[in-house]
Amino acid sequence: MVGEGITARFEGSLGQFRLAVSFQAPNHGITGLFGPSGCGKTSVLRCMAGLNRVRGYLCIGNDVWQDENHFRPVHQRPIGYVFQEASLFAHLSVRSNLTYGQRRAMKRGGSNSVPFEEVVELLGLSSLLDRESAHLSGGERQRVAIGRALLSQPRLLLMDEPLAALDRFSKEEILPYLERLRDTLDIPVFYVSHDIAEVERLADNLVLMSAGAIQAMGPLGELLSSPDLPLARMPEAAMVLDGVVDRFDPVYGLTEVRLKVGQLLVSGNSGKPGSPRRVKVVATDVSLGRHPPVDTSILNSLPARVRAFEFNGPHQVTVFIALGENGEGDSLLARISHKSWDTLGLQPGDLVHARIKAVTLAEPRRH
Amino acid sequence: MGQTILLTLQLAVITTAVLLIVGTPLAWWLARSPAWWKEAVATVVALPLVLPPTVLGFYLLLLFGPSGPGGRIAEWFGAKTLAFTFEGLVIGSVIYSMPFVVQPIRNAFEAFGQRPLEVAATLGATPIDTFFTVALPLARPGFLTGAVLGFAHTVGEFGVVLMIGGNIPGETKVLSIAIFDYVETLQWGKAHLLAGGMLVFSFIVILTMMTVEKRLGRAA
Repeated sequence: MVGEGITARFEGSLGQFRLAVSFQAPNHGITGLFGPSGCGKTSVLRCMAGLNRVRGYLCIGNDVWQDENHFRPVHQRPIGYVFQEASLFAHLSVRSNLTYGQRRAMKRGGSNSVPFEEVVELLGLSSLLDRESAHLSGGERQRVAIGRALLSQPRLLLMDEPLAALDRFSKEEILPYLERLRDTLDIPVFYVSHDIAEVERLADNLVLMSAGAIQAMGPLGELLSSPDLPLARMPEAAMVLDGVVDRFDPVYGLTEVRLKVGQLLVSGNSGKPGSPRRVKVVATDVSLGRHPPVDTSILNSLPARVRAFEFNGPHQVTVFIALGENGEGDSLLARISHKSWDTLGLQPGDLVHARIKAVTLAEPRRH
Repeated sequence: MGQTILLTLQLAVITTAVLLIVGTPLAWWLARSPAWWKEAVATVVALPLVLPPTVLGFYLLLLFGPSGPGGRIAEWFGAKTLAFTFEGLVIGSVIYSMPFVVQPIRNAFEAFGQRPLEVAATLGATPIDTFFTVALPLARPGFLTGAVLGFAHTVGEFGVVLMIGGNIPGETKVLSIAIFDYVETLQWGKAHLLAGGMLVFSFIVILTMMTVEKRLGRAA
């Protein structure tokens, strides 16, 4: 059971709730734990932290935190935990909140691999340091809580719906910070959320949960585009594509983002050439045609192969396509009408041209 | 009269100190333990709230007397009994004022819930570290209320003292007994002085407590 990844297995009852999960995740990047409310995502996270105890096994890298005979108590696990509510210590200033875990990690002889100044910079906390924690806004409090968790020098960061208790505005304020975090720090993150948009924006891997069990796990793109999973059936179904900025055309204000196969034109200047970018394409923004479009205002049209299809209610069809003449590129979803589907007469394996009406960008990734 | 006031303050200070030391772990246990029988313990602690002090005093007298367990404890010090001694008075006061100290501290411990303790644990704090750096500071208003109530209540006790302490100047003669004495012996002037003093003292204590509590509450 020695390895570089994270191996977890939890089995048991927590109150009325029955949990039986087993999963592996890579020891880097953000792993999203996604599922409907009450499916046990938070319980999994709490079991990983040691806050709840059920039978199981947990191994981080080659460090066993729990097995049949051992259970490492919470305070001996090098974790950072961000709760849904910021839960700052009301009796301490922002600065003392931030250093609470850091001081204890140092005392235990930990290395200061996440220095105070870096966290303050990363999360934009310098103007908050000498304020009372009671006088911060919701978004500010959550940023301090994230900084506090990071400063405890964790080897694993656990985040339990850190944005769920915030209003839309504060969410948008924090998301860029989380993206910077993902791109600058080399700490594996488990991110619990019931909001697929957050997961699409942040996660590299996904663990899909339902009713106390794991439904699927794997790279985000694979799960989003799997015909066997409910994700592609959601009204807001979308795909995320990880590409690289090629160049910016200042005349038209468009950025070329190179994908595995083909490229997309995205409005706005989205970073230096060579920098990685994540774009999101919503299924309802993709239409299909047998022939390359002529005389159209749509900028992005890419050849693709039909992989599979699925009826989405009586009047809609979700078409699973793979970009490239031979379908060797990224997967995409297209949601088209039943009538269009019948008119086109498509079958799996057919060549199509995917016209993409809109491509949205996540914040610039920093490397 | 000076000796009486001094003795009363001495009794109240020692009682409050003992109560904070004994009452804090008890309050913590009552607030956090999952034991089903903890409410029975809480009830025993709360009994002095409703029992007539004379009932409590009567049992304490039996307990402290030469043939009770208190008498045997007293033998270790070379005394015959705990009754009618300052030590006995301290023990009696501790029991009598216990609910006034334990209840506010327990409430304070319960008020902040499990979350801050979990946060501290995830930040690497041991349970003891968490208790001193998170639980105690967060429960500060409860400690203040408990200490003030325990102190004031000890200063004002009468029935229990009368039963187990008697009226020995310099040993067990405290304010409330002295007032009773002065009235009995028709020394109205001295009774007025002490009674009026108690009135002013109580007023100041409660006013201070409420003001400080409000300020602490705002800070938190």
